[in-house]
Amino acid sequence: MATGTVTPTEVSASNAKRLLRFITCGSVDDGKSTLLGRLLYDAGMVPEDQLAVLTRDSRKLHAELGDKLDFSLLTDGLDAERQQGITIDVAYRYFHTARRSFIVADCPGHEQYTRNMATGASNAELAVVLVDARKGLLTQTRRHTYICGLLGIRQVVLAVNKMDLVGYDQAVYDAIADEYCVLAKDLGIARVQCLPVVAPTGENVGTRSSCMTWYDGPCLLELLESTDATIAQADDFRMPVQWVSRPDQSFRGYAGTICGGRVTCGDEVIVQPGVQRARIERIVTASGDLLSASSGQAVTLCLDRELDASRGDVIAAALRPAPVADQFNCHLLWMGDAVLLPNRTYVLKIGTREVNARVMSIKHKVDVNTQAKLAARHLELNEVGYCTMGMDGAIAFESFATNPTLGGFILIDRQSNATVACGMLDYALGRSSNVQWQHVDIDKVVRGRSKGQHPLCLWFTGLSGAGKSTIANLVERRLHVLGYHTYLLDGDNVRHGINKDLGFTPEDRVENIRRIAEVAHLMVDAGLIVLVSVISPYRSERRSARELFAEGEFMEVFVDTPLEECERRDAKGLYQKARAGLIRNFTGIDAPYERPESPDVHLHSSGQHAEHLAEQLTERLLAGIAAPHDVVDGDTEESAE
Amino acid sequence: MTTQSPQRHSHLDDLEAESIHIFREVAASFQHPVMLYSIGKDSSVLLHLLRKAFFPARPPMPLLHVDTTWKFREMIAFRDEVAAAGDVEVLVHINEEGVRQGISPQTHGATVHTDVMKTLALKQALDKYRFDAAIGGARRDEEKSRAKERIFSFRNAQHRWDPKSQRPEFWHTYNTHIRKGESVRVFPLSNWTEMDVWLYIQRENIPVVPLYFAKPRPVVERDGALIMADDDRFLLQPDETVQMREVRFRTLGCYPLTGAVESSASTLAEIIDEMARSRSSERQGRVIDQDPSASMERKKQEGYF
Repeated sequence: MATGTVTPTEVSASNAKRLLRFITCGSVDDGKSTLLGRLLYDAGMVPEDQLAVLTRDSRKLHAELGDKLDFSLLTDGLDAERQQGITIDVAYRYFHTARRSFIVADCPGHEQYTRNMATGASNAELAVVLVDARKGLLTQTRRHTYICGLLGIRQVVLAVNKMDLVGYDQAVYDAIADEYCVLAKDLGIARVQCLPVVAPTGENVGTRSSCMTWYDGPCLLELLESTDATIAQADDFRMPVQWVSRPDQSFRGYAGTICGGRVTCGDEVIVQPGVQRARIERIVTASGDLLSASSGQAVTLCLDRELDASRGDVIAAALRPAPVADQFNCHLLWMGDAVLLPNRTYVLKIGTREVNARVMSIKHKVDVNTQAKLAARHLELNEVGYCTMGMDGAIAFESFATNPTLGGFILIDRQSNATVACGMLDYALGRSSNVQWQHVDIDKVVRGRSKGQHPLCLWFTGLSGAGKSTIANLVERRLHVLGYHTYLLDGDNVRHGINKDLGFTPEDRVENIRRIAEVAHLMVDAGLIVLVSVISPYRSERRSARELFAEGEFMEVFVDTPLEECERRDAKGLYQKARAGLIRNFTGIDAPYERPESPDVHLHSSGQHAEHLAEQLTERLLAGIAAPHDVVDGDTEESAE
Repeated sequence: MTTQSPQRHSHLDDLEAESIHIFREVAASFQHPVMLYSIGKDSSVLLHLLRKAFFPARPPMPLLHVDTTWKFREMIAFRDEVAAAGDVEVLVHINEEGVRQGISPQTHGATVHTDVMKTLALKQALDKYRFDAAIGGARRDEEKSRAKERIFSFRNAQHRWDPKSQRPEFWHTYNTHIRKGESVRVFPLSNWTEMDVWLYIQRENIPVVPLYFAKPRPVVERDGALIMADDDRFLLQPDETVQMREVRFRTLGCYPLTGAVESSASTLAEIIDEMARSRSSERQGRVIDQDPSASMERKKQEGYF
């Protein structure tokens, strides 16, 4: 067994060998951190000065242990973790033996830190799952195994710990191992190896145990050294473009890390999601040009012709291109503190591409503890859902099982910038690529000119009773008198028709705003000046609404009336009902209103007459909406194309 | 002995590719990135990778050295040579207020000196140049709180790290979104060990400061550490004598706070050989790390690299 010092020749030999990246996970008190600490100790990787600190800390924290060491202190790094005796975040450890180098991610077991466990699992090839021999398989064991499988780990080592506390009983071990093999198979883990261990004393960790002669397999360290964890590599050549290198006029290269297959000079490639093709002219690296390069290498590719390729595009084998779509089904692990709301826009990052995306529907959520499929309208922290995603543009992708780089993505919240989900792509939906934009000859500009106006969307937001509809109504009357073609899209009125099926939950509010924005967009396309009056409490959805429109076509008007004033007015008696608990999810009372951070127009309505505010707003609009009347036809320069 | 299936890339190739990928993500995603340059071996590797990542173009970001004014003279000479190469801009920042106050590791102690001349100085420089991404050479194998840190590590507008709510990080898909005033620290060498760094320096023939190689140097023994008397500001304490001993350094920092090790390793091969046999950790020689066990976590929360 390789313990203690490693000679230099062994070091350079291990350098040529492949690294094993694995994680350890287990339930609270299973002894995971202890096992890992012991593994490092047995591999001879605890330097003397760290050992001295460990001895000191063991005595300080555990007087009852006497001279024994608490190996878990080697791995729990944060103050809070040492105080609470739990693992909160992944800790990475590096060790090597004569035969192999290892990176181990020590993952937290608590359900509330699932996102941190998933972080560790995303870059691992193998998982060591720990169970306490006295407790057997627990809910957490099932959850950890499920998360491992979800993130693509196909090989698990089950370590049944604390065998000394069950009298080294083989029957106990066998029962747990058998049960686990069935469970792992259910969850898609291709390969399971089991072994009995005692972490604090290192039995079957770094050396074989003399108390469990009935077990004749390798100890944990031997097993990790010898296991073949080669991950099947994707065959087809793929490289997401990270950076376009143009140091001078003579050089143009596409830098990136190859994430599938192999590429050779002369190969024909396609730049996706587009259809431009070229041949590879050079494969440039700082150590000299290469004839060919393969998955995992960071290179710069030069093509034989000038193409319009940029960061986020995928360079792929021309004969075997990646699928391209703007809708797909996927598993989502939700990690946001706020719930996932279908139809809300998030930034999706896949490879090096970022695109606005939304969950169009949640097919079901998966109970991470039982894997039961449940109906869901939203996802909460640490929940897994099977969802349909829709994106603003088509992307080149692969299924996660085929190519984790082009099939794994993250979602970023556009307000907080938090990473709120990781997703594992399953397959694309055919319908998206079959629905195309139909070209029409008469466009927005032409339609607007025939009405003598520039179309515009005026979006009034504010609390219920703030005066949005009153002001919008006055503005519309004034514009109408002046001969403009307008429409007032009122939030309340819309709920009698197109949004009849929606209530006031956060999910329904998101969908309510989305539909109103789409309708307003159609009306602007028809050449109208649209006044939208709707509470629209969320910044995220107001931003999504704005993004539907061209620059200068959308004006956010914040009707800023203090809550007390709205409540005092209470024209519809709604605040009284909400205070009495008769109406739920009422904005300002038991549902949030997110104030605009930089509205185009900020109307302070307190102490001002609605007429006065409407007049101010109208004056401001007039300069922008007037356009020369053009009633002849669409035969102008702009529309001739 | 089992025969392994032929591997196309070695362990060092994989580490190099991962680091290059990280450099490119930073350059492509941030407005004002910078590479923190501390002149040590990790910085030498970092600079080498920076050049490789953007070859044949020049590195698209400057280097920043936060000079505490107490670095070894050989370090400063080495830095100036790097700057003279001309392919990359080297910015040097000194906390002039600290200099006026006469802050010194010898009279104010390691903690005050580090707070004022390193942590505060770094924050001043990041604010001055409005850097939104700062690349550093820290490795996870160095220290326990580093072992917990993400590769793209978010900092709020006050440069603080919140270890309890780090952004989850998946595959090599990094979240680079921040608001104005916020920043990230990025660690391309996260997955490298000290041994990997030396093996790579050897393989790529990367220049490092000569202080890493053993030779007779003037040192005093102080609290179990060998401190080098590098210039005439060195304050000799009663009953200390300067002796010539054959020593080298495993890490480099401010000379009064950096312990040497007795060694005869004067070539890269000998250093690697010595390290493979070593039973002590790399940061043992650093006086600032000898505080209570979790002190690095505290320093990092306050903005230290």
